[in-house]
Amino acid sequence: MRVRSFIGTGSDSSLEAALIEIISKGLPLVERPYAQIAERLGCSEAEVIQGIDAIVARGDLKRYGVVVRHRKLGYRANGMVVWDIPDNRVAEIGHCIGQYAFVTLCYQRPRRLPDWRYNLFSMIHGKDRDEVVDQVAHIVHHCGLQGIEHEILFSNRCFKQRGASYLRGAQTDRSGRAQSE
Amino acid sequence: MREFSTLEQRLLNDFQHGLPLTPRPFADIARQLGVYETTVLETLQRLHTEGVISRVGAVFHPNRIGASTLAAMAVPEAELEAVADKISRFAEVNHNYEREHEFNLWFVVVAEDEDRLQQVLREIEDCCGYPLLDLPLENEFFIDLGFDLKWT
Repeated sequence: MRVRSFIGTGSDSSLEAALIEIISKGLPLVERPYAQIAERLGCSEAEVIQGIDAIVARGDLKRYGVVVRHRKLGYRANGMVVWDIPDNRVAEIGHCIGQYAFVTLCYQRPRRLPDWRYNLFSMIHGKDRDEVVDQVAHIVHHCGLQGIEHEILFSNRCFKQRGASYLRGAQTDRSGRAQSE
Repeated sequence: MREFSTLEQRLLNDFQHGLPLTPRPFADIARQLGVYETTVLETLQRLHTEGVISRVGAVFHPNRIGASTLAAMAVPEAELEAVADKISRFAEVNHNYEREHEFNLWFVVVAEDEDRLQQVLREIEDCCGYPLLDLPLENEFFIDLGFDLKWT
């Protein structure tokens, strides 16, 4: 198993890298998850808890808890709404859009002209498409975005969804060569 | 969608943040909810098996760990499934969705650093035969309080 490569390395950074990998894949659902992780990594339960606490304290985590799948909870419509905002108004409008509970992400990204004109991305989940369309209309009205070009990109098939793998050691390249040490 | 019990609803809604960093985090949750630790564990295991939750763990801010980007590709409809499958095989790709647009395939690529990320993006383009849009995060305007689930 890959995580064994961290055993005995003795450095804080390799323990931290292992913890990042483990908590992004999910804790074991057992009474003492941190003790089980400690056993796998060859360190103490206290070191695991302190290590995760340090990652949380640094603000690298958006959330640490139960990660829900919206589709399975009846939020079947997912619209990525992309906006073409004048560059000098992105922060102001971004904060306005990001304040709504039904907006789960609001990011500025670069334009790629001529193919892609939009520079602000917001994610909206709704029970159905009409609800998403209504929510977008609400944003347009309340943030004063009449006349701002935007499109709703509804999601269809999901081809892959999983926690990210951050470490090269976890990966196998397409030639099939395992990269684990 | 099936009906969720009150316990399930509270586990799904109230614990998206702040999982206790204590030796027995599920016992702490159980105490808050007034149920047994084993009930919390069994319920979470069932929700996980059903795919209602993807995990109990961390969601990282983009770009705090390694380098990441959102990529988009315009793929002819007839080839979409095959191209999506090729992209999903990259270990560096996590979310990979079809969206209704000329740019109809959207995926997130994560790598250990920017050089490796750019290398993976070129490999994906070479492998699929279509150019991609590289749309990295520049600013985040959003305070994530967890998604408030409405049960009505």
